[in-house]
Amino acid sequence: MSFTASKQGDITIIEIEGQLIVGNRQALKQMVLDDLEKGTRKVLVDFARTGYIDSSGLGVLVSLAKKIREMGGELRLANLSDDLQTLFELTKLDTLFQISETRERALESF
Amino acid sequence: MDVRSAEQALDIRIPSDVQYIEGIVQQVVRRCELHAFPRRHLALNVPVALTEALSNAILRGNLDDAARSVHVHAEVDSSRLVLEVRDEGQGFDLEACTVDPTTPDHMMLEDGRGLFLMRRLMDHVERFSDGGNVVRLILLRGVA
Repeated sequence: MSFTASKQGDITIIEIEGQLIVGNRQALKQMVLDDLEKGTRKVLVDFARTGYIDSSGLGVLVSLAKKIREMGGELRLANLSDDLQTLFELTKLDTLFQISETRERALESF
Repeated sequence: MDVRSAEQALDIRIPSDVQYIEGIVQQVVRRCELHAFPRRHLALNVPVALTEALSNAILRGNLDDAARSVHVHAEVDSSRLVLEVRDEGQGFDLEACTVDPTTPDHMMLEDGRGLFLMRRLMDHVERFSDGGNVVRLILLRGVA
């Protein structure tokens, strides 16, 4: 499992490969917080290559969304598989996040 | 890590370290796959619910103390998966944990979704004491 960050204009795109779970959620949180420190306010998390997410991973996304909004920015999500979409619906987090079907649509939505 | 496994049953004892979780999940999913569990179970229900049970055992039951261990017992057949995760903690009252993380008051909190997800993704969740604190999860395979 790993995270890859890249830039498209003023948007930071983070790809999560593998799982987002209790063992690595802190690494994702720190990566985004470091980016916010550098001035980034638009963050897109791309789940195209993500396996599963546990409650810790969901919790980190909620925490980051809150933090970024407080700083006047936006966290958006893209490329959820059907299983991940179900997870977000079960927890009603699909109502909290703006979720796009593709990375391109998510980038256009900022 | 001490591993004893038969064709269907799996017995693993691990130190209290969350880095062991993914490997255990893979072994249990593989066994469910051999018994033709539905794809959704393999990709969502089993990995997420088992990860929740293991992280609860490691972080809350054993207080992240690497000197303590967690024991996982899994039995799979063509009708169901039975998982037991045992830690060395004091246990907790499962029935008293009724917080709904989907309400507006709780939606923005970072924690509090683990038990909710176990209950939603498994057919049966119970806790009991048996030489330690045990959480038992049961998932029915259903019609494949």
